[in-house]
Amino acid sequence: MRPFGYLRVASVDEAVRAAAGQPGAQFLAGGTNLVDLMKLGVEAPRTLIDIGRLPLDRVEELPDGGLRIGALVRNADLAAVPAVRDRYPVLSQALLAGASGQLRNTATTGGNLLQRTRCGYFQDVSKPCNKREPGTGCPAREGAHRDLAVLGHSAHCVATQPSDMAVALAALDATVCLHGPEGERTVPATEFHRLPGDSPERDTEIRLGELLTAVELPPARPGARSRYRKARDRASFAFALASVAAVLTVRDGTVEHAALAFGGLAHRPWRARAAEAVLRGAPATEEHFARAADAELAAAAPLRDNGFKVPLARALAVGVLTDLAGRAAHG
Amino acid sequence: MAPGEGRPDDTGGPHPVNGRRSELTLTVNGTRHTLTLDHRTTVLDLLREHLGLTGAKKGCDHGQCGACTVLVEGRRANSCLLLAVAHDGRRITTVEGLADGERLHPLQEAFLDRDALQCGYCTPGQICSAVGVLAEAADGFPSLVTPDTARSGAPVALTADEIRERMSGNLCRCGAYPRIVEAVADAAATGAAVTGAGVTGG
Repeated sequence: MRPFGYLRVASVDEAVRAAAGQPGAQFLAGGTNLVDLMKLGVEAPRTLIDIGRLPLDRVEELPDGGLRIGALVRNADLAAVPAVRDRYPVLSQALLAGASGQLRNTATTGGNLLQRTRCGYFQDVSKPCNKREPGTGCPAREGAHRDLAVLGHSAHCVATQPSDMAVALAALDATVCLHGPEGERTVPATEFHRLPGDSPERDTEIRLGELLTAVELPPARPGARSRYRKARDRASFAFALASVAAVLTVRDGTVEHAALAFGGLAHRPWRARAAEAVLRGAPATEEHFARAADAELAAAAPLRDNGFKVPLARALAVGVLTDLAGRAAHG
Repeated sequence: MAPGEGRPDDTGGPHPVNGRRSELTLTVNGTRHTLTLDHRTTVLDLLREHLGLTGAKKGCDHGQCGACTVLVEGRRANSCLLLAVAHDGRRITTVEGLADGERLHPLQEAFLDRDALQCGYCTPGQICSAVGVLAEAADGFPSLVTPDTARSGAPVALTADEIRERMSGNLCRCGAYPRIVEAVADAAATGAAVTGAGVTGG
């Protein structure tokens, strides 16, 4: 690991000012991903600006009935907040499906959203990688890519976004709050992570020097049910091969509203707009759920070794929607 | 700490000695230590290399195996991923700090009674992790296998499924898992372990 300076800040303004004044600085929160990447040599900040003690560790009710989640709320704490468990179960489940108990106690909401891909080439500095070193190439395309993208990838990058939480936030139409040298702005969670295109070095829309301060959830839809389901190589503590976050409202056997997002398939949580269009107003039956999943996954372009993800994602989506519809029917 | 509550705010920061080192103070197993350390030093390296506490093990050094698990302010964490400088002022409990004098912590007793180990390398991390699990379940923290119908904040009963899910961050290459699950279940059943020395930390 390369030596680095360390600065602990006491306010968001101080953090943003410090970042603007220190080239090569990075913010440190829980550090579960950043410290690991520093050990691997993937990240080499000249200064760490420790934001870990900023007062961003609260979950607050918003006047409109939504929730504001501070960027430093720990993953374990957020999953346990009664308002999250009761009104946004998909978010609690996604958090609990991620990492381990130890990591969830340390990792923060903001850090979870900003964690980097676990693509083996990205994490191995002896290998080329367009995300780590733009222009060096993407060995994953022809190499070990069983875990990698089937949707939205480019010739430059086939990495997947690893967060479970981010998939739930995409389905919930959350908003990401950012604070930078030019002030505050918000980005919809569905647009926060980018597709790789020809600039895979940029994971998200966050700009240099901006601090992620909070995530806001809109009010839960009356009558909606939600769920997260994840398929992985072992029963616990593994990244998703594929996952699905679903929010479903059924009235009189008909889908009134559906929000669906896939994880483990792309460079960002994959909000399934084509599937949602099929679902809206359709009978809440397994047959129509399958039709919706197929409409979305028609765009899939699997690599040599990850074609299994397409039927896996389809089965997850159909299973979760069927479960949610059954639960809705039985109150 | 109840879910969603803030952490206590410490006053003051570490004192930079030069650009790459800082002086910091940690309370480890009840004893305060003030050291000047390279910023790269992890809590694990601080414990093992600077304080001679070799209970926490360096297994993978990437947060994937759990052998380095300690309690920070009573909550379990992978010490290999924690920078010591960022934990200035915090209380750390390691496996060395769990026993009450000559009296072993109920989880240490349970691991012995159930012979829940073979080579023993992962055991300190398993035990510290299990101390955290018991406290988390008592405080109503859910896991992925906690039923949706469980009341928010109510203590969670530690079934074998709950223990397996909650302990999944601790690998055992010898495969002592069945006995580890039994040992944790024994300690959970006695209830004593939750009020044991390690939960609130030294």
